[in-house]
Amino acid sequence: MINKFRDSVEDAIADIRDGSTVLIGGFGGAGSPTELIHALIDQGAKELTVVNNNAGNFETGLAALIKAGRVRKIICSFPKASHSWVFNEMYKAGKIELECVPQGTIAERLRAAAAGLGGFYTPTAYGTDLAAGKETREIDGKNYVFELPLHGDFALVLAERADRWGNLVYRKSARNFGPVMAMAAKTTIVQVREFVELGELDPECIVTPGIFVQRVVRVEDPQIST
Amino acid sequence: MIKARSRAQMAERLAQDIPDGSYVNLGIGLPEQVANFLPADREIVLHSENGILGMGPAPAEENVDMELINAGKKPVTLLTGGAFFNHVDSFTMMRGGHLDISVMGGMQVSAKGDLANWSLGRPGEPPAVGGAMDLAVGAHKVYILMEHNAKDGSPKILERCILPLTGVESVDRIYTDLAVIEVAPEGLKVIDMVEGLTFEELQKRTGATLIDARA
Repeated sequence: MINKFRDSVEDAIADIRDGSTVLIGGFGGAGSPTELIHALIDQGAKELTVVNNNAGNFETGLAALIKAGRVRKIICSFPKASHSWVFNEMYKAGKIELECVPQGTIAERLRAAAAGLGGFYTPTAYGTDLAAGKETREIDGKNYVFELPLHGDFALVLAERADRWGNLVYRKSARNFGPVMAMAAKTTIVQVREFVELGELDPECIVTPGIFVQRVVRVEDPQIST
Repeated sequence: MIKARSRAQMAERLAQDIPDGSYVNLGIGLPEQVANFLPADREIVLHSENGILGMGPAPAEENVDMELINAGKKPVTLLTGGAFFNHVDSFTMMRGGHLDISVMGGMQVSAKGDLANWSLGRPGEPPAVGGAMDLAVGAHKVYILMEHNAKDGSPKILERCILPLTGVESVDRIYTDLAVIEVAPEGLKVIDMVEGLTFEELQKRTGATLIDARA
């Protein structure tokens, strides 16, 4: 029998090791798996490489993980925000490494990892500082930059509902990076508002099929950093 | 007297040029105001990079849902017929040429249509690009909405950009408080200008050679 439901966020994230690459869903506050991140802070894993679109807002979720000094490197598209003071201070103090990647290139690098590809050529960033030192190639008269896949050891994702096979549906714009991060990590850990019976999710509407999900925990009223 | 367009009038002027049936991404900041002036008789579908097509205006305070936000992380609504999708699909739309028009703010635009709008290139500041480079390369048409001159009066339209580039030869049109300029193979063609402004005066305020192409 397959049962991916776990009793607690602590149990779900227990085996994240020092030095892991952790893909964390969310775009700003929407889709941020705040309770899984807080459990990871309590668990103590350090020297993490984190992939997220941003670099945390206020002092909860990803910002709290950074503040606790657990993140060695962040790969993101947009670390600057009016509420990203935690990251800004760590960056200025030289306590965190930043790899700034165009947002669509993050998404596609994750997809390439998920799909078993060795990389891809993208027109994004050609001729800019973010392509400096990268391999380029002209294809049919257009210039492209070669980008490598981006694998995760773990993904922390927020979804709306899950069944025990790990099939997922999301809610509104909280979906964002969730589906592709779930596909790109060896172990995907999901927090959902609601557990449902197998068969309750319409098979035509399942967004992430359970094959991409290893563990699911229920957090009925997740905190949204806004 | 030169009747320079206000920021709202700049957005209104650009909105007139968006055809019925267009799929459009409006960048953060001034471009967001274009949504306020879309002609009511046209069906125009707004895209948001975080996975929305058919994005509607801000909700009333009691209907705010922080899981329904735009690229600037502000609460929005979904219009009837709208859809949600994930980031891979959203950037497939942007990078893959599926959007008809991308409207972005600009710091500098070159005579060849190079765009600089993501970084002031200050050392020590963390780089932050978001989706700007994907929008610059991918949309069918890239329209830049920006003041003609910087606050110190220096031109923002130049032979070559000084600031770090967002995209190479990516801009199709520039909408400023003074003029609308088409980036064409033969050069920068002025297609309209505000009242009270002479072509010579506009040229003086521009750091690249202009072509008078007014009808």
